[in-house]
Amino acid sequence: MILQVENVQKSFDGFIAVKDVSFSVAKGELCSIIGPNGAGKTTIFNLITGHLPLDKGRVIFNGIDITRRPAHKICRLGLGRSFQRINIFPKLTVFENVQAAVLTHRGQSLNFFTSVQSLFRRETEELLAMVGLQDQRQAVSGSLSYGFQKQLELGIALACEPAMLLLDEPTAGMSARETNATIELIASIARDRDLTLLFTEHDMAVVFSIAERILVLHQGQLIAGGSPDEVRANPVVQDIYFGKARCS
Amino acid sequence: MARQNWVLIAVIVLVGLIPASGSRFYVFLATDILIFGLFAVSLNLLLGYTGLVSFGQAAFFGIGAYTCALLKKKAGITFALAFPAAGLLGAAAALIIGMFCVRLTKIYFAMLTLAFSQIIWAIAFKWNSLTGGDNGIIGINFPQYLDSKTRYFYFTLTIVTLSLFILRKIVNSPFGRILTTIRENPERTEFIGINVKLYQLLAFIIAGFFSAVAGAIFGVFNHSVFPDILFWSASAEVLIMTLLGGMYSFFGPVVGAAVLLYLRMQVASYTEYWPLILGTMLALLLFFFPGGIVGFIQARTPKTANSK
Repeated sequence: MILQVENVQKSFDGFIAVKDVSFSVAKGELCSIIGPNGAGKTTIFNLITGHLPLDKGRVIFNGIDITRRPAHKICRLGLGRSFQRINIFPKLTVFENVQAAVLTHRGQSLNFFTSVQSLFRRETEELLAMVGLQDQRQAVSGSLSYGFQKQLELGIALACEPAMLLLDEPTAGMSARETNATIELIASIARDRDLTLLFTEHDMAVVFSIAERILVLHQGQLIAGGSPDEVRANPVVQDIYFGKARCS
Repeated sequence: MARQNWVLIAVIVLVGLIPASGSRFYVFLATDILIFGLFAVSLNLLLGYTGLVSFGQAAFFGIGAYTCALLKKKAGITFALAFPAAGLLGAAAALIIGMFCVRLTKIYFAMLTLAFSQIIWAIAFKWNSLTGGDNGIIGINFPQYLDSKTRYFYFTLTIVTLSLFILRKIVNSPFGRILTTIRENPERTEFIGINVKLYQLLAFIIAGFFSAVAGAIFGVFNHSVFPDILFWSASAEVLIMTLLGGMYSFFGPVVGAAVLLYLRMQVASYTEYWPLILGTMLALLLFFFPGGIVGFIQARTPKTANSK
């Protein structure tokens, strides 16, 4: 198991956003968390990556207890993430965005006297090519289209060479065509790099096509989990997530 | 890059020729501009590069000036030792003050730097036995080997050039790049594996060091140190210089210092309403030239391949 989440709980001003959630993800697995809006998906991501302190429970990554570690240390252990909202360095170029992550990962962020300009150029350009941004590398990232910014977000996360990647709604706000292209890209990168993926996604077609295992979250609690077929057949899931109507 | 370096060397040589004009006024003004240019660039490491609004940078300028003056006058330590000690004490003060300030963000960070600088001002103002209070410290002589306005000008030019060289190296280094990612998005920077507060603190210490160096040069240059250099209005003035010149350019703050100090000197001979003119200038600047003078010029010149 690369990630073990044990009895994790979080409340905000008395409202229990995540209640006693436990699950684990195996190495190399493509796992998805689904659930209606407000189910607590993003909160769980924030608890795992150290973005928010948790009230109760433990998070173990690669055998290391990361429960109370700060976000930057968790990232350095190889647990990367991308964000639902665009979260990039808007005034820097696309190249500089990814390069900053590369040089941090290579332990050069406390280097005060080398010129940064062409540092790790090859590594950075390889990453840009991987996420399909090689032609945009000199563009100011804040001026890119939404789809490109999402790709850049992925590029920054990959630059840290994570063993596991948490993707929060990687296709939020994308057209159907962009969604398919992005999902194909993510799946192929995950296969090439032997990456473990945990992602949230609103598009059910996407989830059922690529996820190997699906966890269903409802009102802060895990109510089901299993292969796509098992989840699809689960009557509780059908009832509260897909509505009364049967899903085909 | 290479072309820009040649331009810089030419500028340094031209500035170095100022004493040849024989004008004591211009030598005086140039020394003043160099000192405040360095002060403003050190502030801009925080403001323009790291995105931290320090509203109390005069604290470190003042600590540098007082340290150098007190070590020379009260402890009888030579300038050659008192001067670097001033920089180091500035850095040490920035370490202590910075540890509190970087815990806060945005306006709270700015207010806390202001609070600390006012505390330092109050200490200098009230601790009569050490600092001379309101009467300040007077009679700080040039060291013998720098015993003329011209020699001291060359000393200032050398130290400021060296300091700006180091600061420019830093902002163009990997560390400098991480500072700009913190300015752009501290949350995301944390998630590429950076301890954001630590990097902000390091920037604060570096800025404190160079502000103190500028202050140490300033105190000896004026042969005296008074508590006003620590007052909040001094922090505001260097912020205005930085904004006026342009916070998104490395040399912008030097240009801002030059323009502001030159104008102040000219205006003072015509009218006593300098603050009115400064205020008007600032309002126009914020509305029409948010990138400052250098930002304005850069936006209107064709980009060269590696302009930075």
